[in-house]
Amino acid sequence: MRSDDSQPGGSARWMAQVAIFAGVIAALGLVPALQLPGMPVPITLQTLGVMLAGSILGARKGAASVVLFLALVAIGLPLLAGGRGGLGVFATPSVGFLIGWPVAAFVIGWLTERRGAPYIIPWGIAFNVIGGIIVMYAFGLVGMMAVGGLTVGAAAIALLPFIPGDIVKAVLTALISKPVHASYPGLLPERPRPRRDADVEVG
Amino acid sequence: MNDLGLYLPGTSWVHRLPAGVKLAALVLLGVASILIDGVVTVTAGVALMLVLYGIAGFTPRLAWRQVKPLRWILLFIVAFQWWARGWQSAVDVVGVIVLLVLAAALVTLTTRTSALVDVIIAVLRPLRPLRVQPERVGLLIALGIRAVPIAAGFSNEVRDAQRARGLGASPRAYAAPLIVKSLRHADSVGEALVARGLD
Repeated sequence: MRSDDSQPGGSARWMAQVAIFAGVIAALGLVPALQLPGMPVPITLQTLGVMLAGSILGARKGAASVVLFLALVAIGLPLLAGGRGGLGVFATPSVGFLIGWPVAAFVIGWLTERRGAPYIIPWGIAFNVIGGIIVMYAFGLVGMMAVGGLTVGAAAIALLPFIPGDIVKAVLTALISKPVHASYPGLLPERPRPRRDADVEVG
Repeated sequence: MNDLGLYLPGTSWVHRLPAGVKLAALVLLGVASILIDGVVTVTAGVALMLVLYGIAGFTPRLAWRQVKPLRWILLFIVAFQWWARGWQSAVDVVGVIVLLVLAAALVTLTTRTSALVDVIIAVLRPLRPLRVQPERVGLLIALGIRAVPIAAGFSNEVRDAQRARGLGASPRAYAAPLIVKSLRHADSVGEALVARGLD
C-alpha cells in the first residue's frame, strides 16, 4: 500500500505530498464561487479539492491531506471557501460534511487505486460519485439531523440544491485527474493484466 | 503566520488562559450541550457567551460575524422546528448551535495557532505506543501551513498563464497544471527533508 514508505526518503516524500495537497485544497477554496447556468446555488471548488485528493493521491495520502487541511482550519486558518475557519465551523450543522470529507477522499482513493493506472475517466466519475456524493452526503445528512434536529426529509430538502454542483465536480475531478496522472505517473499502481472473460470460462 | 490566522491579539484573561484549558472547556461544553435545553438555559448560555466576548474586548458585531454565515441554514432549522415541534424547540436547537459556534470561535479568536498546535502534539504524545509520532505530526502541520501560500502562488501563476492564452475560466485548464506543479514542488520538498536527515 505505502510502497514508497519503505524506501529511503519515502516518508519525507509522503509528508511533502500530503502537505502540498492540503495547500491545493486551500487554494481551490480561494477561487471565487462559480455561478454556472442551470445550477441552483453557486459552486465552490473546495469539495473538488477533496475529491481530487482521493483520485490523485489515493486512499491514505488523500485522506491524510484532507485531515491535515481540516487541522489547519481548526487551528484558526480561514481556509474554507468564503474565508471561514477556526473551531466554530465544527459546531455548525454542516459538520457532517467536514467529517465526511476525509472518508470521501479515502473511498475515492481506495477505488481509484484498485482500478490502478492508467486512469480511466468513466470509472473515475463513478468512483467520485460513490465517494464524493453518496458517502459525503450520507455524512452530511447525519450531521444536519444530529445538529439541526432535522428529519431525514427536511435535511434532504436543505441539501438538494447542492447535488447538481457536486455531480459537476465529480465529472470535473475525473477530467482533471486523467491529465495529472498522465504527466505525473507513479501515484497509482499499475493495473494487473486484465482478465478476459474467455480466460475465466476456460479456467 | 499570524496575518493568515483568525487570532486577534489581546490581554484579557480569556486570551491568557492556557490553550489546553480552553479546548478542554470547549469539549466539556460540547458534551454538555446534549443536556442543555429549555429556552431560559439556552438564552442565558448565549448571553454568557456574549459577556465573555465583551471581556475578551470583542464587539457584539464580531460575535455576529461568527454566526452570520449560518443564517440561512439556521433560518431553515427554525422554520422546520417551529412547524414540527413548536417555537420552544426552535429556540433550543438554534440556541445551542449559536452557543457552541460562539464558544468555539471565541477559542479560535483568543488563541494563537502555535499554542493550538502545541496542544495537538501534547494530546498525541500518549499515543506513541500506537506508532503515532507527535513530532512528525507537528512537522506535517508546519509543512501544511507553509503549503498554503505556496499553492496559492501556483494558483495565481496558472490563472495568469490561462488568461494570457485566452483560455477563460476553465476549471480543468486551471486545476490540472496547478496540481502537477504542486506535486513537482512536493518532490523537491521531500528531497530537502531527506537532505536534512528525515527519512
